[in-house]
Amino acid sequence: MRFSQTLESAYASKADLVLAALLAVAGIALIWLNQADGSHFTGGLLIAFAVFVTAYRINRRLAVIAVPYLWLLVFFLVPFIIVVKISLSDPAIAIPPYTPTLELSEGWTGLKSFFGDLDFENFEFLASDPLYYTAYLSSAKIAIISTAITLLVAFPIAYGMAKASEEWRPTLMMLVILPFWTSFLIRVYAWMGILGREGFLNSFLLWLGIIDDPLTMLNTNFAVYVGIVYTYLPFMILPIYATLEKLDVSLLEAAEDLGCTRTQGFWLVTLPLSMPGIIAGCFLVFIPVLGEFVIPSLLGGSDTLMIGKILYEEFFSNRDWPVASAVAVILLLILVVPIVLFQRNQQKQAEADQ
Amino acid sequence: MAELSKTPVVFAPWNDPNEKPLIQFKNVTKRFGDFTAIDNLTLDIYAKEFFALLGPSGCGKTTLMRMLAGFEMPSEGQILLGGQDIVKVPPNKRPVNMMFQSYALFPHLSVFDNIAFGLRRSDMPKDQIKDRVAEMLRLTRLEKFAKRKPHQISGGQRQRVALARSLAKAPKLLLLDEPLGALDKKLRNDTQFELMDIQEKTGTTFVIVTHDQEEAMTVASRIAVMDNGKLIQVDTPSGIYEEPNSVYVADFIGDVNIIEGNAKVVDGGIEIHYAEGAAPIHAKTDKHITDGQRVSYAIRPEKIAVTSEPMADRANHAHGTILDIGYLGHLSSYFVTLGNGQKVEASMTNSRRLSRRDFTWEDNVWLSWTDTAGVVLTE
Repeated sequence: MRFSQTLESAYASKADLVLAALLAVAGIALIWLNQADGSHFTGGLLIAFAVFVTAYRINRRLAVIAVPYLWLLVFFLVPFIIVVKISLSDPAIAIPPYTPTLELSEGWTGLKSFFGDLDFENFEFLASDPLYYTAYLSSAKIAIISTAITLLVAFPIAYGMAKASEEWRPTLMMLVILPFWTSFLIRVYAWMGILGREGFLNSFLLWLGIIDDPLTMLNTNFAVYVGIVYTYLPFMILPIYATLEKLDVSLLEAAEDLGCTRTQGFWLVTLPLSMPGIIAGCFLVFIPVLGEFVIPSLLGGSDTLMIGKILYEEFFSNRDWPVASAVAVILLLILVVPIVLFQRNQQKQAEADQ
Repeated sequence: MAELSKTPVVFAPWNDPNEKPLIQFKNVTKRFGDFTAIDNLTLDIYAKEFFALLGPSGCGKTTLMRMLAGFEMPSEGQILLGGQDIVKVPPNKRPVNMMFQSYALFPHLSVFDNIAFGLRRSDMPKDQIKDRVAEMLRLTRLEKFAKRKPHQISGGQRQRVALARSLAKAPKLLLLDEPLGALDKKLRNDTQFELMDIQEKTGTTFVIVTHDQEEAMTVASRIAVMDNGKLIQVDTPSGIYEEPNSVYVADFIGDVNIIEGNAKVVDGGIEIHYAEGAAPIHAKTDKHITDGQRVSYAIRPEKIAVTSEPMADRANHAHGTILDIGYLGHLSSYFVTLGNGQKVEASMTNSRRLSRRDFTWEDNVWLSWTDTAGVVLTE
C-alpha cells in the first residue's frame, strides 16, 4: 500500500518530465527521418514544447514570461537581424542574391572575412539618390493626410454608433466589420471598377449630367486616398467607438447642467474623453499606411511615390535584396517613433482606467 | 407636533399663508410611453428648505428631480420656479444645479477645473472665478486636493468635489440625487451633518432624492413620501414618523406594528377590537370614526413598554411571551406573541448592561402603552 502510493506520487510528480522527454524524442525523430512536408516544423514545435514543459518545471514564472519573449525573438528579432545583415551586404547574381554568406566550415577566418565584407554602402546609396527620401517623405505625406481624412470620416460614424440604441449597436458593429469578410484584394479591385474611366462613378456622374467627359480618377493620388480611407476606416472607427461607448451620459448632463450648450459639451467633454481612442485609431491607421504597398500599386499612378512600392520594386523587379533591405530597415526605424508613442498612449490609458 | 430646531424661530414657511413657494409643481404628469412616472402631482417647495423626496425605486422621485433640472419635460402641467414657468427652459439656462448620483466628475479635469467648469461658462471674470473656486474648496475642505484628478482622490472627497461644483454657481436650487449612496455608513453619517451645515451656511434650497429613510429623516426640513408617481404624504420628519396618514407611510418609515380591527366609539376615544377574546385597544384620534368601521392601528415598537407587571398608568395592557430578542446594542427589540396569537414588536433602551437584563426567551411579560401612543389609520 505504502509502496504503491509512493510510486504513484513519484510518477505523478515526474509525469510532466516523462512527457517532455517523449515529446523531445518524437520531435528529433521527425526531423531526423524527414519523411513528409512540414516534418521539420512539427518536430521543431514538439521540441519547443518539450523545452517549455521542462522550463516550466524548473521555474514557472520565468517559463511563462519567457514565452512572449521567445516569440518575439524567433519571429521578429531574428528575421530583423537577417534583414539588417542583408542590408549590409552587396548584391550578387547567385542564390541567395547577395554576398557574403556565412560559411561556418571556414572557421575563424571565414567569420572574419564575412564581417569584413559588410558595409553601409546601401545606406549611403539611399541617402545619395533623391528618389528614396522623396519616397519616404511622400509616403509620410500620404499617410498623414489619409489618417486625417479617415479620422474625419470615422468619428461621426463612431459617434453615431455610440449614440444608437442598445439593440442596434451589434448590427452597426457588424456592418463596420463586414468588409473584412471578403478579401482585401478583391475590395481594392472593386474600387478599380468604380473609379476607372468607364467605371461606375464616371457613368453615374455622366448620367446625372454633372460632368460631360469622364474624370481621370484611377491611377491618381485621389484613388490612393479613397482606397486607404476605405480600407483602414474600421481601424479608426473601432477604438473611437470603444471610448465613446464607455462615456458616461451623466457627464454630458452635468456639463449641460453647469451651463454648456450641447455643442460646448461636445468640445469640452466628449472630445477630450475620446482622445485615447482617437490617438489609438490614428496610430493604427498611420503605421500600416506608411508602408502600404498594395493600394498605391493598384490604384495609384506612376507619380504616386510610396516607399512600399519602391521596396517591392527593389526586391522583385531589380532583385536588389540588399538595397531593398536597407529601405526596409530605415522604414522600420522611422516607424519605431510612432509605435513607441502609441505604446505610451496605451499605457497611459491603462493607468487611467485603474 | 413640536418642531425641534436650532433657532428659536421655527422654520416652517409651508405653514405661512403669506410665503410664496420657490418651486411649484402644478398638476404635473409625466409619461414614458405607456408608463406613467408622475401622476397629476401638485407640490410646493419653499426657499431655504431642505426637501427630501423619499420612496422605493421606480416611484418617480428621480423623474421629478430630473424635471426640475430640465432633463425631462412634463407631459402635462406646469413647473414654476420663483413664479415663472420653467418647463421650456433648457438645463443650461436654469438657475438650478444638480449633484449627480455617480457624481459625474469630469475625469480629464482637475478638482479645481471641475469646480470652475460652470463658472467658466458664465460671464464671471477670471480672477473672480479663482476666488470663488477657492471659496468652494475651503467650504468643502478640499484645498489640498485642488490639483488632483478625480481618480486620485477618495470616494468621500469626490462626493465633496461634486457638491462644491454644483454649489459654485450659487444656484437658487440645488438638486441632490442620492448624494450619499456611494459612501460607507460612517462616512455617510458625517457627511449628512456636513450637508446640513453647508445648506445652512449657503442658504440654498436643497432638494434631495433618496431611498434611505434615515437619511431623509436626518437632513430634511420636510419629506415627501412617494409611491407610483404620487405623493402619499408631505410633512416634517416628525410628522411623517409620528402621524403617518396611511399604512403605506407608517410601514415605509421605520419599524411599526400594524393591527387591524373594528372600531367602537366610546367616551373620549375609540376601542379597537382586533381579536376574539382579546382586550380592545384604547386609542385617541382626531379622525371621524364610525362604529364598526375597519381601521388599522399603527404603533411604533419604542412606544410599547415591556415589563413583568402591567404598568397601571397606561391605558393598554397585553400579556404575552417573548418569542425572540434582537439585540442592537443601544436597544433591544422584543418580539412578543400575545395570548391571541398576535405578534407585536416592542423595543427598550438598554440602559443597563446586558448581564443585568430583565427578560429572556420564553419569559412571560406585559406590554403597556398609552392611548395616544399609536395612530388610527383608515387608509
